[in-house]
Amino acid sequence: MIRVVLPPHLRTLARVNGEVELEVKAPVSTRSVLDALEARYPMLRGTIRDHMTHLRRPMVRFFACGEDLSHESPDAPLPNLIASGSEPFLIIGAIAGG
Amino acid sequence: MSKIRVLVGTKKGAFVLTSDGMRKRWKVSGPHFAGWEIYHIKDSPVDPDRIYASQTSDWFGQIIQRSDDGGKTWKTPGSSPDELKTPDGMLTGESNKFVYDTSPETGKPLTTHQWYDGTQHPWRFKRVWHLEPSLENPDHVYAGVEDAALFESKDGGKSWQELAGLRGSDTGPKWQPGAGGMCLHTILLDPKDRQRMFIAISAAGAFRTDDGGKSWKPINHGLHSQYIPDPTAEVGHCVHRIAMHQSRPNTLFMQKHWDVMRSDDAGDSWREVSGNLPTDFGFPIDVHAHEPETIYVVPIKSDSEHYPLKGRLRVYRSRTGGNEWEALTKGLPQRNCYVNVLRDAMSVDSLEPCGVYFGTTGGQVYASTDAGDRWKPIVHDLPAVLSVEAQALP
Repeated sequence: MIRVVLPPHLRTLARVNGEVELEVKAPVSTRSVLDALEARYPMLRGTIRDHMTHLRRPMVRFFACGEDLSHESPDAPLPNLIASGSEPFLIIGAIAGG
Repeated sequence: MSKIRVLVGTKKGAFVLTSDGMRKRWKVSGPHFAGWEIYHIKDSPVDPDRIYASQTSDWFGQIIQRSDDGGKTWKTPGSSPDELKTPDGMLTGESNKFVYDTSPETGKPLTTHQWYDGTQHPWRFKRVWHLEPSLENPDHVYAGVEDAALFESKDGGKSWQELAGLRGSDTGPKWQPGAGGMCLHTILLDPKDRQRMFIAISAAGAFRTDDGGKSWKPINHGLHSQYIPDPTAEVGHCVHRIAMHQSRPNTLFMQKHWDVMRSDDAGDSWREVSGNLPTDFGFPIDVHAHEPETIYVVPIKSDSEHYPLKGRLRVYRSRTGGNEWEALTKGLPQRNCYVNVLRDAMSVDSLEPCGVYFGTTGGQVYASTDAGDRWKPIVHDLPAVLSVEAQALP
């Protein structure tokens, strides 16, 4: 079971509290996690990655196991600790402001 | 007794203000969609409990919300369990999918427009500025977007298609963004000719279709704008807002960047009616619900000082369709007031006497229940107000 942490505004939009748990077939990648997330919560389509290009929106980041994976290939395997559910996959809205 | 519902979009959520027909005691509901910018929220004229909202974020993009119960509950259209898949198994959840139509059959190539530095720039969707439900069908709604284009949904907001004849018209490469972006912010539907619509774009100008949106022509003859190389050019004018009375769709009123204008031939020609206004810069303009020659503007000092002249918040009313204006001050702050009133933040109700409402960037929503003679704030301290729409309910 993959654990995903959404930013607060997307938790509200998807009407979930806390972490989201998803079944994702191996190999687990950013793309396969987001595919599963959007299948469960279609209202999130277009909010994390572009509808057409599937590119990450500029002010969204993907963190896992203390690393910023935002610039990795979406098909790169995620760390084993993510795939095993030991650690969550974090979707972050960039900090902005003063 | 009638009721009034005022739909307020702000920088940090939507609010629904309700009152009975006396319009004295108000109940405030919200924030809905807390933390998100609500550029516009508007009801269907044929089903007042059907409300559409444009929810946007620089982080997470565009969301369309819909209420079928007058704003009590909301959903993103097309996301209920029975709507999640099309008959061929494709996922839906496309109520926020605004894609410019480049198909050979119905669309136009992805053209370019002028960018801030004068170079050409491809159209890129950013957000929905204005939602205009149709006059006949609550499931049919138009959306004016940035980068400027017109979309429509015929399924209650579940999916959107561009009316590409506007964006793809031959003047498109001359359109340019204003400081707030290249936005299509005004959509007026002609109640007497369902094939006719008017739209306005900053900074391109006003446009009209006479064939239901297939083709468009610029309607900017008579506008004079010093900030473009040819002040009387066909396009390039920063139109802030246009307004119409339902009984006289050939008469249009315009608040341009500078200048208040009027047309009596459906936009084919315009003449200035700024008259005795102390400054003719501003954003909103609206028409009295029962008097087609009574119009309202909120003069702002200048385009670099977005606040009222001398710190005095004043609505100006003309009962002669322009040129002769009177300042409406009772109940409005007359010193140390430095708020702005944005283009979609003024509305009227259809009760008698006509109610007039506007919201400020300081978070106040003011109401007048006597056509502007006297004003009172409904609320003082909302986030900056982006849009106001008033509904009279049976």
